[in-house]
Amino acid sequence: MLDNTDRRLLNLIQADFPLTPEPYRLLAESLGLSEEEVLDRIGRMCEEGVIRRLGGIFDSRQMGYSGTLCAMRVEPERIGEVAGVVNAFPGVTHNYLREHDYNMWFTVIAESRARLDEILNAVRARTGLEVITLPAENVFKIRVNFDLE
Amino acid sequence: MLSELDKAIIRELQDGLPLVSRPFLQLAGRLGLVEDDLIEKIKQMIDQGLIRRFGAAVRHQDLGFVANAMVVWDVPDERVMEVGGIMAGFEAVSHCYRRPRQPGWPYNLFTMVHGQTREECERAAGRLAGAAGVESYRLLYSTSELKKSTMRYFE
Repeated sequence: MLDNTDRRLLNLIQADFPLTPEPYRLLAESLGLSEEEVLDRIGRMCEEGVIRRLGGIFDSRQMGYSGTLCAMRVEPERIGEVAGVVNAFPGVTHNYLREHDYNMWFTVIAESRARLDEILNAVRARTGLEVITLPAENVFKIRVNFDLE
Repeated sequence: MLSELDKAIIRELQDGLPLVSRPFLQLAGRLGLVEDDLIEKIKQMIDQGLIRRFGAAVRHQDLGFVANAMVVWDVPDERVMEVGGIMAGFEAVSHCYRRPRQPGWPYNLFTMVHGQTREECERAAGRLAGAAGVESYRLLYSTSELKKSTMRYFE
């Protein structure tokens, strides 16, 4: 369970991680903790999976990668099998079941447009199912931090 | 174009920042850089937009944001830029994208809405609909997470 100090710390390191030689000491100062306690708390939250990762969140497009959201209509009894095919590609980063005829929704990122098409064609060939692609044409907002206080 | 050094820095940064007193010093050592130059390079990458954000990525389900709805909207093409801007302004919306329509898929605007409950997501979607004047929309809840991973670049 997270206590209030954890939440304050998470709020800080989501939005404003200090880019200085001793970032954890600076965080400790602003929270009135010791550096060691900050390191312990972050370490614990990483182990518990509350923090998925601490580091750079990259913009795949800016790095020359291509990506798209995809949707498939998968019969309930084939979900495990089809998810196995889709998820085997490292470029598939998210895959969710949603309540709709199009029930399997995944995102895929690849180093080039050609590689992206190759992956999607492989999914079509191995499952015999259609995959619709819904690449972002305009990005109005991407916010990945959550206010916890 | 990214240099080989840029790519090496990206590889290190996607492994996660070490939990030691001077994490950048440790990474810089592996990259053959000095600490200050690495910090400067990271700041440049943020300015260039290569790094969208530097810090912790959290699992929001663990933090009580358990209902997550993809709200999809059928917006007249001539209004989609305006409506996207309006919806992006709402705190409940974390992501907002325009995407193409497809056969059997009439929706061209996507918003991710997070809440503690489904009712909260529905109320948020209702507010968005009212503010933007868009009536045709659906909420698609996720019922199962089949995969969630972090992309590894240049590997």
